[in-house]
Amino acid sequence: MSLERPRLPHEIRHWFGDMECDYVYTLGIAGEKFYAGLKEGRIIGSKCPSCGAIWVPPSLYCPECFEETSEWVEVPDEGTVYTFTVAYVGPDGEPLEEPEVYALIVLDGANGGLLHKLGEVRPEEAYIGMRVKAVWAPEGERKGAITDIKYFRPVE
Amino acid sequence: MASVKRRVAVIGAGITLFRRRMRETGRELSFYAAKMALETAGITIRDVDAVVCGSAPDAFDGVHMKGEYLLDGMGGHNKPYVRVYVGGGTGVFTPIAAWWHVASGHFDVVLAIAEEKMSSCHPHPQKAFTTIFDPIYTRPLGPNLVWIFALEMQRYMSVHGVKKEQIALISVKNKRNALDHPCAQLPAKITVQDVLNSEVMVWPVQRLDISPPSDGAAAVVLAAEHIAKRLTDDPVWIEGVGWCLDSTYWTNRDLYYPKYVEYAARMAYKMAGIKNPPKEIDVAEPYDPFDYKEAHHAEGLMLARKGEYLKGIKDEDDIFARYGRDGDLPICPSGGLLGVGNPIAAAGLMKVCEIFWQLRGEAGKRQVKNDPRTGVAQAWGDLMQVGTVIVMRA
Amino acid sequence: MSVKIREYRGTPYSRKDLEEGRVPAFRDKPRARYAWACGPAMGRFLAELKEGRIIGRRCRRCGRVLVPPRMFCEWCFRPTDEWVYIRDTGTVLTFSASYLGPAAERLKEPIIIAVIQLDGASPGIGILHKLGEVKQEEVHVGMRVKAVWKPPEEREGAITDILYFKPIREGQGGGE
Repeated sequence: MSLERPRLPHEIRHWFGDMECDYVYTLGIAGEKFYAGLKEGRIIGSKCPSCGAIWVPPSLYCPECFEETSEWVEVPDEGTVYTFTVAYVGPDGEPLEEPEVYALIVLDGANGGLLHKLGEVRPEEAYIGMRVKAVWAPEGERKGAITDIKYFRPVE
Repeated sequence: MASVKRRVAVIGAGITLFRRRMRETGRELSFYAAKMALETAGITIRDVDAVVCGSAPDAFDGVHMKGEYLLDGMGGHNKPYVRVYVGGGTGVFTPIAAWWHVASGHFDVVLAIAEEKMSSCHPHPQKAFTTIFDPIYTRPLGPNLVWIFALEMQRYMSVHGVKKEQIALISVKNKRNALDHPCAQLPAKITVQDVLNSEVMVWPVQRLDISPPSDGAAAVVLAAEHIAKRLTDDPVWIEGVGWCLDSTYWTNRDLYYPKYVEYAARMAYKMAGIKNPPKEIDVAEPYDPFDYKEAHHAEGLMLARKGEYLKGIKDEDDIFARYGRDGDLPICPSGGLLGVGNPIAAAGLMKVCEIFWQLRGEAGKRQVKNDPRTGVAQAWGDLMQVGTVIVMRA
Repeated sequence: MSVKIREYRGTPYSRKDLEEGRVPAFRDKPRARYAWACGPAMGRFLAELKEGRIIGRRCRRCGRVLVPPRMFCEWCFRPTDEWVYIRDTGTVLTFSASYLGPAAERLKEPIIIAVIQLDGASPGIGILHKLGEVKQEEVHVGMRVKAVWKPPEEREGAITDILYFKPIREGQGGGE
């Protein structure tokens, strides 16, 4: 942990320091299926044996029925914009050169959606209900991460 | 003491394996434990009125607002849900908070569930632990959390004249007991010599004196009397609860004795009508993240006088005769944290599950032989600050 | 438990599994930066350390002299009343030798640490610090120690302005 000197030693008003930790986040049983699917260019959901809902991202259990889901199903990589926003600042508050559009996309047949970027669309053209389709990274570049989908683009 | 509105019983319990690293996410581990607790109670999630979650620092899992993050796996979806956290004391505090929910008359069936996933903190959860220390007085000295255990152990040994050879017997007992626990992480048949030969971490603490960091989850279902009686012939009643915290200025306290554990125990014993703890308690699970802690806490629980937990105990035969499963007073028949593992919050709740199974006669090979009717589980944590105690009766 | 339950769940993996890529995972390193407010008590304590002095606070109701100083007495739950200078000598209440660093890394030479009751503070009121110029075997509860300070120009107003405490040996000053 690095520690700097107090700002004004004779005043000793503040003590500066960092709290750092490194994390290894395992994907989990359901997550491993999802990210392995992304690497293959497929979107995987889980089907609840009780209510039949298909959850994307997939979950080991249905959050509503609390039953274990053991059926992994592929869902189409096409869906509808449920809501969206246009960002003008980045994660640290710095202004972006070009505004970015982020949307919650409900994939066809699935409960829940994926948070992702919209591309090939101007911010003023985005609307709720817009039909979109995933644009994938080339096969050799996919790693098993959410960024294996580059963005979703509008389709007719 | 304020009157209690209704009696509360534990009617089901669940637990996962405890291991150093698990592939499952925290939510998935919670789901396993919750599901097992519900199934053994004979109910579904729809019957649960509220959920109490116990989990220790967000810094282990690396997700802020960890209680909310774990909610779905804990069955908290669209339910009254709250997370409680008192460091290592959490595992016993979780059913205590769940007890408030039911005893107050506010809810009939409550799921109390504790989870910990320490493996996410890389390379070792110690890095997250050190942020517990005061940033200005203590962190510049480069401390490691094991320091506080070592300083406390040293003080205990010095004030009472207890030897390492005696304390090591506790590790021998608990790791051996853990051979019969299906979820145990470090069950082993070791000797005192093995402990004394193990790597020195922070003197006088050596590697085999310490419990490991772990991933795991445990859960219990609490029900009000009228529901418990319908669902099972063997409810285990929660007869006493107690909790107490001491100051964070731990360098201003004498560490030889955990007063706050005694005060918590007194609160619980008064509720349960216990006047002579060593005689009236049949089985106990004091918190044992380190071997000397079992002695320290058992004295705080007034199961032995100060400094006398290990009095007259010289070898394995002595300790098993006094505190083994067919001993005078069985202590940590589960194998404790030393043998089963230490996923911080889930570890304390593991002890509550153990008392539940012991009082029902369902502990299989770990069953203590004295036909126990009254059991106590205790947890401890923070900067050596909190004692949480629960008394259960069959 | 044992009779009704068939299976205890969980899928363990090892560090090798992770390093050799058998367990997919996502890595992240959040960094949080802090400017912790010292408050008047700690601020004065640190400023006095820079001057080579240790200061405490007294609560007149319980009579305790508290180090580290605080503006409230947690026993009486009232403000403390006055500043009191404390000697830089004291007695070891408990001690240890750490072979582990802050990230649980192994150290070749142990750090020797102690809780030291400083002369002038109330009984049982100790501070945590390191011991130096002493072998692990020599340390004992009740040992008398004295602070070894950094030279004035190197002090910053930090607990580390005291390098460590060393034993007071025969013939040296620093008694009660």
